[in-house]
This record gives sequence, structure tokens and C-alpha cells, in this order.
Amino acid sequence: MDLKDLTFAAEQLLHAYTLTLDDGRYEEWPDFFTEDALYKVIARENFDRGLPLATMFCDGKGMMRDRVVAIREASIYAPAYLRHLVSSVRIAGQENESYRVESNYAVLSTRHNEETKVFNAGKYLDRIVFVNGAAKFKEKVVVYDTLQIPSLLVIPI
Amino acid sequence: MPAHRLPLSSYAWPKEGHCRIPYWVYWDPFVYEQEQAKIFRGPTWNYVGLEAELPNGGDFKTTFVGDTPVIVCRDHGGAINVLVNKCAHRGTTVCREPYGHARQFTCIYHQWCYDLKGNLVGVPFRSGVVESGRRVSGMPEDFKLEDHSMLKLKAEACNGVIFASFDQRMIPFRDYLGAKMFYYFERVFDGRELQFLGRTRQKMTCNWKLVFENIKDYHATLLHVFLVTFGLYRADQKSKVEIDDTGRHSVLVSRRGEPRPSEVTQEIGAFKSDYVLHDPSIITGRKEFKDEHTVVMQTVFPNLIIQQQTNTLALRQIVPLGPKEVELVWDFFGYRDDDAQMLDFRLKQSSLMGPAGLVTIDYAEAVEICQRGAEAKAQQCALLEMGGREVHDTDYMVTEAALRGFYRYYREIMGFE
Repeated sequence: MDLKDLTFAAEQLLHAYTLTLDDGRYEEWPDFFTEDALYKVIARENFDRGLPLATMFCDGKGMMRDRVVAIREASIYAPAYLRHLVSSVRIAGQENESYRVESNYAVLSTRHNEETKVFNAGKYLDRIVFVNGAAKFKEKVVVYDTLQIPSLLVIPI
Repeated sequence: MPAHRLPLSSYAWPKEGHCRIPYWVYWDPFVYEQEQAKIFRGPTWNYVGLEAELPNGGDFKTTFVGDTPVIVCRDHGGAINVLVNKCAHRGTTVCREPYGHARQFTCIYHQWCYDLKGNLVGVPFRSGVVESGRRVSGMPEDFKLEDHSMLKLKAEACNGVIFASFDQRMIPFRDYLGAKMFYYFERVFDGRELQFLGRTRQKMTCNWKLVFENIKDYHATLLHVFLVTFGLYRADQKSKVEIDDTGRHSVLVSRRGEPRPSEVTQEIGAFKSDYVLHDPSIITGRKEFKDEHTVVMQTVFPNLIIQQQTNTLALRQIVPLGPKEVELVWDFFGYRDDDAQMLDFRLKQSSLMGPAGLVTIDYAEAVEICQRGAEAKAQQCALLEMGGREVHDTDYMVTEAALRGFYRYYREIMGFE
């Protein structure tokens, strides 16, 4: 696959992924991943020091589905509209059948009758594979700069 | 004292005593200021970090005792020092990094320089400058470096956990906890070398006490759907509450039960019997302590919650950011000698805790609506009568005894009549 097609495929995947979250279609969120994928949201202060602790951690699609059930059934949080902005998508390398893709993101949050705030910002370090022609995340590591999370992190980034 | 400030004695505590909390404790700016002086800068031990985060001489982190910024560092003799992060010259923040390694701390403004013990070791132009062949200016002759150290707190590292106090006459940490509470502290911090796994932080819009006292009541058996449904913590499990003699520290202890419905779950709206995990490995763990307790939540006055939930271990540090805001910092750890499986358990189960924790995911909302309600100026106090009106240990968890103990002590240390 040439770089242009690959970049386009990565961008399409990222945009579909963030739109699904912004639309609140959480049940579809695990489908962007391979069965054994790793999803991790980690504070930059840990990532930079090589400390392993993640804020959100899903090792495989099962844990992602559990996270979705928890959002629906086991969480109490103030409702807000979330909006992801993704930029600077770059193919950073290739390892066997997977591609390393890096990008920047910001999540805006708008509570009802309040102004819009930047909830979280950081970078995505992804590994993308093609399963039957469809791009999927084999690994998604979300490294966030916004170390002090306002109230809670309920919805995946 | 400015005229608009009432003496503390004019803040009348409700006549029911420790069974009531007057809501002004959660928002009054003068009360907050007094808490900083009497509690955080008073005769208390405040958690500031783990020795494992500062393995080498020169390693440092910055944090807070109450709302006072401090540097915690290890010097080349191996000792831990806790210094108020404020230059003796103009009060500037000397160390501006969250963590790192330093030979010394130099203020960027006029380059006053301090060693790792906080001693002032250099002042540029101290003996003046040479101008047109003549030495001019400089500090007065009687200026002594040793009179202008950074303010040093009393520090004690107890089995790897670092505490600091503004009170230089502070009793040893072990005595401060008392034998009953030290037993639980030593259960986790038994002298084995710790491994710092990482940190998460969240900012909540509420008074710091709502976060501290949250661990002293019985909400967890009702609010946290995840805990209740999967039997991690439930009102019908073998459990107990223990309180130290002063009332300031306490511990909630429980043993994991079966994830099945019982008489108690019928009263709990949060229980969902059809809720099953796709991947139960998140709640799979291994026994690691000599007793059968799977949940031990210990509060150490005034700023620390020690958490054990199965194999996830954390120290939660409370940093007040004013009367109506607080940062909660979660320091997760294990032991240096953990095997690969245990490390895996700890990292997986940490998904239960923290700002995105499956268990604690409803925590911020509960304390924030408490705050909102407290600020409304109708109805003056909260009620603490679950389990009676006394302060004593219990062999069940549905009680507010630890909360009553806390407010009994709070009233005393603050001097509220």
C-alpha cells in the first residue's frame, strides 16, 4: 500500500472512531479493534518515565465491552457532549503487517448551559492492521497531557 | 484580625455534636484558612510520596502539604528532605518541575541557590560587583547564608512511605497512628521494598473533607454498582470498622463474597443480577496478605487514604485547592519482589480505581453534588446517625461511626465550641 493510501485509510479509521464516540454509539466502539487489541489511556507523566500504570486499560475486546456496559449501567456522571478533534496524522513506521500511526487529539466537553471547555488533549500512538481489507486498531495508546482530569474520565478517548 | 472575620468561637456547632455537620465547614473561606493553619500546618503527619519514587540522591518531586507547595527530595546521604518550595528572597517558586533529578535548586529570578537539604549556598553579587575598579553594593556584612534556608519540614519515611509535618515537635508517625491503626499500616507497608507503578490525578469541585470522609461511611455498598454486583464489597459481607482513640484515623475492612443476590441486594438499587463480565480477569486476583481481608480502606488524618482492593494498592493523596476544590492524586504501587503475574493483576485491577475506575467512576459526581447542596443556604446541617450516635468500633460496615469520630476530632482540633 503506498503512503498516500495508507494515510487516507488511517485518517478514515480515526475519524470514524472519534465520531462513534462523539455520537454516543459506545456499543460500536470495540469493533474498531482487533479481538486481542490493547487499549490504554496513560498520563504523560507516567509514559515519559516508563511507568506502566494506565488510567484506563483494556486488554482485549472483552474488557472493552465490559467498559461499555459499565458506562451504560454502572456509572453516574454529569451529562456532557464530547467532541474529538484529530490532527497531524502521520504514518510513523511499519512492523510486519502492522503500521504505526501517530496523531494529536483534543476532546472538547460541553455541559448543558455551559461554555465549551477542553477536557483532554494528547497524542494517539496507534498500531493499525488490515483485517479482510478493513483497518482496525491492534493497539491504541492514548498519552494525555491534561494530567489533572476534571472530575472523571468515563467515555474512552 | 480584619473586622469581617468572626472569631472561630462564633461559629456555633449544632448542639447534637458529632452527629451533625454544619454545612459551613464545606465552603467558608475563613474556616478553610484556619484548617490550613491548624490542621495542615499544625500537629499532623501529611503524606507526600513514596521513597520508591526517589531512589537516588538528587531525585525529587514537587507536591503539596495542604495548599503549601513543597519539594520532596533525597540528598546524597540518603535522607529524605521536605522543603517549602518558596525562595527565602522574594518568595518565588524555586523548583518548577513536577519531578526530576537535581544537584541543587536554583531560583530563576535572582539565582539564589539551595542544596538538597534546603540550605542557602549561593547568592550572586553577595559581595558586590566591581565597577570602575571599585567594589560596590552586595549584601550587608551581617548577612548570613545560614539564616535564609528554605523552610524545612519535619520528615519521616515509615517503611517506604514519606510523611511531613510543619510541627518540629511532632511525635513519631507510629505513635501518631496508634497501635490499632499502625497494625493495618504495617500490614501493607511491612518493610518490603515498594515499586512505584504510576500516578493518576483528578480535580473535583468539592471541599477536601468530602473526599476524606467519603471513605468513612457506608455509601460504597449502595452507590458503586460494580462493587455490589460482583460481590467485591457488599453490606452483607464479613466486615468491620475500626477507629483510633482520637477519632481522626479509621479503617474499613471487608472480605469479598459471592456475586449472588441475597436479602441485602434487594434493598440496593445498584445490584444488577443480569450483569456479567465478558472478561472476568479484571476482578481475578490472588491472596497476598496473611489474613482474609480483600478490601482494606484506611484513612490517615488529614490527607491520606490507603487503598487495598484485592491486589490493587494505592495511596490517595488529598490536595485542597481552596474551600471548594480539591485534587485527588492516586499513587499506585506494588512490591519490588512482585512476580510477573502479580504485576499483571495489579495493573489490570487498577482499572477498577482512579479517575476512570470502574468502581470509582461515580465517586466524583457524589461528592460534587454534596458540595452543591452544602452551598445552598437553606437547611443548616447534615445528619450522621446511621448505626447510632456513638463513636466505637463495629463488626459490620453499615455505620457512620467513623464519620462521627472524624467530626468529633475535627471540632476539637479546630476549636469549634
